[in-house]
Amino acid sequence: MSAGDSDNWAGIHRGRRTAPGEWLAEKAIFLISLSAIILVFLIFAFILRESLPIFLGTMNSSASRKVIQPSEMHTISREALRAYLEMPAGEFAEMDDETLKLMMEVKLEAAAEAPEDKDAKVNTASWSLMLKPHQWTGYDKPEYIWQPVSEIHKYNLIPLLVGTLKTTLVAMLFAVPLSLLAAIYVSQLASARHREWLKPAIEMLSGIPSVVLGFFALIVMATVLQKVFGYQSRLNAFVAGIALGLAIIPVVFSISEDALTSVPPSYPQAALALGASRWQAAWQVVLPAAMPGVFAATVLGFGRAIGETMIVLMASGNASIMGWDILDSTRTITATIAAELAEAVFGGHHYRILFALGTMLFAVSFLTNLAGDLITHRLKKQLEGKP
Amino acid sequence: MPSSNTKPQNSSPPVIDVRDLDLYYGLNQALKEINITLQEKQVTAFIGPSGCGKSTLLRCFNRMNDLIDGVRVSGSIRIAGHNIYDRSVDVIELRKLVGMVFQKSNPFPKSIHENIAYGLRLHGMKSRSEIDDVVESSLRSAALWDEVKDRLHASALVLSGGQQQRLCIARAIAIRPEIILMDEPASALDPIATAKIEELILELKKRFTILIVTHNMQQAARISDRTAFFYLGELIEYDTTSKIFTNPGRKQTEDYVTGRFG
Repeated sequence: MSAGDSDNWAGIHRGRRTAPGEWLAEKAIFLISLSAIILVFLIFAFILRESLPIFLGTMNSSASRKVIQPSEMHTISREALRAYLEMPAGEFAEMDDETLKLMMEVKLEAAAEAPEDKDAKVNTASWSLMLKPHQWTGYDKPEYIWQPVSEIHKYNLIPLLVGTLKTTLVAMLFAVPLSLLAAIYVSQLASARHREWLKPAIEMLSGIPSVVLGFFALIVMATVLQKVFGYQSRLNAFVAGIALGLAIIPVVFSISEDALTSVPPSYPQAALALGASRWQAAWQVVLPAAMPGVFAATVLGFGRAIGETMIVLMASGNASIMGWDILDSTRTITATIAAELAEAVFGGHHYRILFALGTMLFAVSFLTNLAGDLITHRLKKQLEGKP
Repeated sequence: MPSSNTKPQNSSPPVIDVRDLDLYYGLNQALKEINITLQEKQVTAFIGPSGCGKSTLLRCFNRMNDLIDGVRVSGSIRIAGHNIYDRSVDVIELRKLVGMVFQKSNPFPKSIHENIAYGLRLHGMKSRSEIDDVVESSLRSAALWDEVKDRLHASALVLSGGQQQRLCIARAIAIRPEIILMDEPASALDPIATAKIEELILELKKRFTILIVTHNMQQAARISDRTAFFYLGELIEYDTTSKIFTNPGRKQTEDYVTGRFG
């Protein structure tokens, strides 16, 4: 038939959407992926809202403060009264005078029971006390102390930050070299027969529930490591770090192995033809070419390590001791939130500080991912020779 | 690097002698009883249709086939009297003497300078000035120096395809091999870049023994002194290039070089 046959060509005018089903499916998938982004944003908005008074410094946690007698209720402004009772505006508006008076009496009673201590007057939820050391009554020098459940709520975040960092550091130092070497071996050196079972075997580590890993670390690893290294406290940042390392090995291994495998085989072949050994070709040619992916794997491993909860909760000893010694018991941010949130008074300072910790954790993982992404891009460009 | 006594001596001419070479990929026989002798400082072209075993044979000379799982080789390849499939042979030393240029240019994702310096360092050259000298002389030999002398530290990947291939040749000759294997070195290049590579090969044959696999019959006719025709894993005919292209002894060879099949 000829191209000019008008019957054949008439069919092309079927309108733009020839397949409404496909169009619908495409839009639905788009909406679903969009909702994931919205969900992440909503979660962040929620934890940020809960912790906002801490970030703004408007939360007061001092155990004793100026009391207003219930009889003076009408002499002060409504706004001052609301601030004194620490109630949200909406809730406050619904209260009748009788209830408000009752609440003021409760405040009065609480104030009467407050400890007679110079520490009782300081606002422990303020930034300076959360970050700087403070000389508490009974201590002979300023110290960093996290002790939320005591008469004076001590909210210094530094021991938790240090605890998180040192545990994560141990995990990274243990897991990254190990997984990288394994990835180089599996992708470059192992025979096809070995690769076939090695890769799934290592990746199977990620199938172990973190609570089981934590349990294993708590019962078995802690004892074995203590016997081998002979340190004092059985549960510490070292044990937790090693167990945490086991959890991130499959992440770092899997992604860097993919990166190494996707390096064109012509690179190592060129090196081998020049007289490089297989190890030299893998280490000097393939690894540099896979650097962007390997770096991304490390960043992802870091994110997983810093956010992991169950293992550190079980294996770190959970004592918020300030110090960089990895053989001390320690406590991380995640373990603190998990252990304490259920007991914190809803809307109280402890509750809000835990949310502030959550916000910081979120920000840290977000920023490391962002920085990791930027650096990965730059490394890629460098490899491709673009400025 | 283990220096071995199997290293061919520089004084004796590197004549290649292949005897009864069989090669199997698993159960599949890719080369059947190859017997061929190759001359020093000549260009020998391997021609034949795809899958005839010419590239496989080429990769036997620097034992790159060793890297493929399930490859079995029997028979011998003697270079300057040394059987390169002998147990005592160190493939690293072998590959230093038998360089290779691949079908698709494969410079490392490093700078132009580093691409050449890598092989030198691999073989123990440390002095920076010495390395710089060899980088320059190799790039000059590969007719690339004038095009890249101002950007030696730029990435090799910004070069054009033809320049990249000449860089790969420079990289191969920098470590002073005696034999250079070329596996369809110009098949991915445009005619002008191809002409430059061919010119270069003719220049290089004064110093190196060159074995080249090619699909391009005119190319084989233009640059090679001797031509070997392979078909289905067998060496059908091997003679001077002019004889192969003007007066082949076998019917199959004639059919192939005249374009009747292939």
